[in-house]
Amino acid sequence: MTITERTTSTAGSRRYELTQWERRFIGGHVLIAIIALGIGSLIGPLQALEYSNVDLYQYLEPILQSYYQGLTLHGVLNALVWTTFFIVGFTTFTTIVGLRRPLSHPKINLAGFITMIVGLLMAAVPMLLDQATVLYTFYPPLEASWAFYTGLTLVVVGSWIEGLGFYLTLRAWRQENRGVRSPFIALGGVINAAMWQIATLGIAVEMLTMLIPWSLGLTDGTDPSLARTYFWFTGHPLVYFWLLPAYVSWYGMLPKQAGGKLFSDSLARLAFWMFLIVSVPVGFHHQFVDPGVPQIWKWIHAALTYSVFFPSMITAFTVIASLEYAARQRGGRGLIGWVRALPWTDPSVTAQLLAGILFMFGGIGGLTNASYNINLVIHNTAWVPGHFHLTVATAVTLSFIGITYWMVPHLTGRQLWGRRIALIQAWSWFVGMVIFSNAMHMLGLLGAPRRTPLGEAPYVPDEWNGHLLRVSIGGTILLFSVILYLVVMYKTVRGPKVAAEDVPEVPIAESLRHPQLTPVWLDRFKPWLIAAAVLLVLAYGPPLVDQLINLDYNAPGTDFVPW
Amino acid sequence: MSDALDESVGDAPVDDQLTMGIDPWERNWMKLTIALLVGFFAAVTVAGFAAGFQLPGAEARVDPRTVAIEGPWANPGVTDLGNGNFEAYVLAQVWSFSPREITLPVGAEIDIYITSSDLQHGLKITDTNVNIMVVPGQVSKVSYTFDEVGEFPYICHEYCGSGHAAMFGTVTVVSEADYAALADGGGDAETEGTDESAAEEGDA
Repeated sequence: MTITERTTSTAGSRRYELTQWERRFIGGHVLIAIIALGIGSLIGPLQALEYSNVDLYQYLEPILQSYYQGLTLHGVLNALVWTTFFIVGFTTFTTIVGLRRPLSHPKINLAGFITMIVGLLMAAVPMLLDQATVLYTFYPPLEASWAFYTGLTLVVVGSWIEGLGFYLTLRAWRQENRGVRSPFIALGGVINAAMWQIATLGIAVEMLTMLIPWSLGLTDGTDPSLARTYFWFTGHPLVYFWLLPAYVSWYGMLPKQAGGKLFSDSLARLAFWMFLIVSVPVGFHHQFVDPGVPQIWKWIHAALTYSVFFPSMITAFTVIASLEYAARQRGGRGLIGWVRALPWTDPSVTAQLLAGILFMFGGIGGLTNASYNINLVIHNTAWVPGHFHLTVATAVTLSFIGITYWMVPHLTGRQLWGRRIALIQAWSWFVGMVIFSNAMHMLGLLGAPRRTPLGEAPYVPDEWNGHLLRVSIGGTILLFSVILYLVVMYKTVRGPKVAAEDVPEVPIAESLRHPQLTPVWLDRFKPWLIAAAVLLVLAYGPPLVDQLINLDYNAPGTDFVPW
Repeated sequence: MSDALDESVGDAPVDDQLTMGIDPWERNWMKLTIALLVGFFAAVTVAGFAAGFQLPGAEARVDPRTVAIEGPWANPGVTDLGNGNFEAYVLAQVWSFSPREITLPVGAEIDIYITSSDLQHGLKITDTNVNIMVVPGQVSKVSYTFDEVGEFPYICHEYCGSGHAAMFGTVTVVSEADYAALADGGGDAETEGTDESAAEEGDA
């Protein structure tokens, strides 16, 4: 090993060609993800239209029984299935091309993928049969079919197994490349997988010790307060599990697509390690108004949630600086005017830039949500889905869509079909979401509850009507956008194969400073994992022990199906 | 190692590893971020622990299987404690609150104790900071002073099944004089709420 070799390889002279198996394997993840996004997003506008009293559910009755069944499918397919399958597929991709080596144990990854598919099918059946209309938070004692809980558990377990495969591959690379800094896009993906494995312990315990035995009739009831604590142990870091792959692209790929370099390799890595530490011990900020949690722990988790804002602010600076560098390389001028010099004709870049712009508003709203008592104004109101449609449904989803605009052609050996249509898709998503999300935020401030068919609610004052209409308009524009996306993807994979040099390359951004100048402590798992464990025990240990001492499975729910 | 490094990367000095090569602008940005976060957090902390804008805490546990049959939630309703102080026991069940109507004189300070005997529910009183989860097995307590005359719907904000969108009640705040008249007319606010909910339970 010499540094010189490494320098040449960063320059990109040596590219890794994916094997046919790897293309199919990654493509399988992405295909399932896009199908889930397609179905889930076709259901979303049904909710948005219901807000202005256009109830399309009555015409769909053999397929969808209710608004709530539709909402459950929309939430599970978009927030859990689309994201998880895309992320695991994309991380497989960044691990292989980032490290320029095959998976060290492809059978482990394959086993994980099969487990995820089995789980998905198991969970899908009761959802489609209206036997799991419990929304994607599945708060007990709403009781879904045992197959729903078991299926979701298997999806998570499958993602753990694939995560192990990523970690073993990175370890094998390190043994082959001692002393060399791990390539950023690969390291970022593995850090995210590690964070996910820690974070999903909450949901795993909830499923295995409470929901699955109860749904099988082995226990009589649940402890709903403890279930909420378990769920949000996983539920908030889930947000960062979605976000970090988008950050991998924003830091490690988008600058290359824009014609520039990564502004700060060190801070990109520092941000990811900080997410590993502080993503998990923050769950009580979803339980600020829970009766079962003492104020002091809510306050501690509020402080920790504030600390997660720090790496996101680092990201904002580094990503914008990288883009400005790229724009100036392309001849951009002026304090703000350089923005125009970015490659806005590239749908992949445009989608990710628009995603980033809306994420700034999502971030500000997120800080509001985390702000302890200010949460009283918006908790469980329409503000909250307004917020996460800016974050997961735009910052994350529109970025992933942007990634597929080069990745799907790359994997299939084709070119992107309908570049202009893809551009319209990205802009219409942006416009639709601005209208939808702004109206939802306004409704929340006026006190409108979330997860409620407001078209039929008896207490809706006239004051809300204008906003309800804008929700429907935004939702309709988003429906148009998602149809365009599905058409572009379909036509792309059905298009003709093209010569290797016409297939989009993998954009991997070089760092402005040589990565070897990045300190070693930003390339080591052990100190950060120890820090994460210590913080987790401090932040969750005492309140969780207290809840476990008082554990009582005394809430059986209703003796009829409540939906 | 450092020799090789110097050769391969040219200009960049090795000791700049200590500063991680962070751009001065970015360093200032990070300081500004920390200052903002500390400032915001100090503000919400003072508002919460000194100015009375506080979150609900852990109040008490109850048995959801018996809460509707015995104890204070078996007869939910509002009690006038005198001197403008009120106490309400509210039971949330699919898909209604008992009581459904609460009438108070302006300036009333009320402590609301609410729980659920079946699924998770929520309570948000429109145009107020009253916002709390209602979880089976837990007692939720909120306190609020109604300083304005008007109607304040309280809405269930957690999904609880097919009737969720219709689950709400109303706090009606009236002038002192109107409240006294209501009490004299025999339609005492506190019993009114209780009777109505009791009647409904009978219907069901």
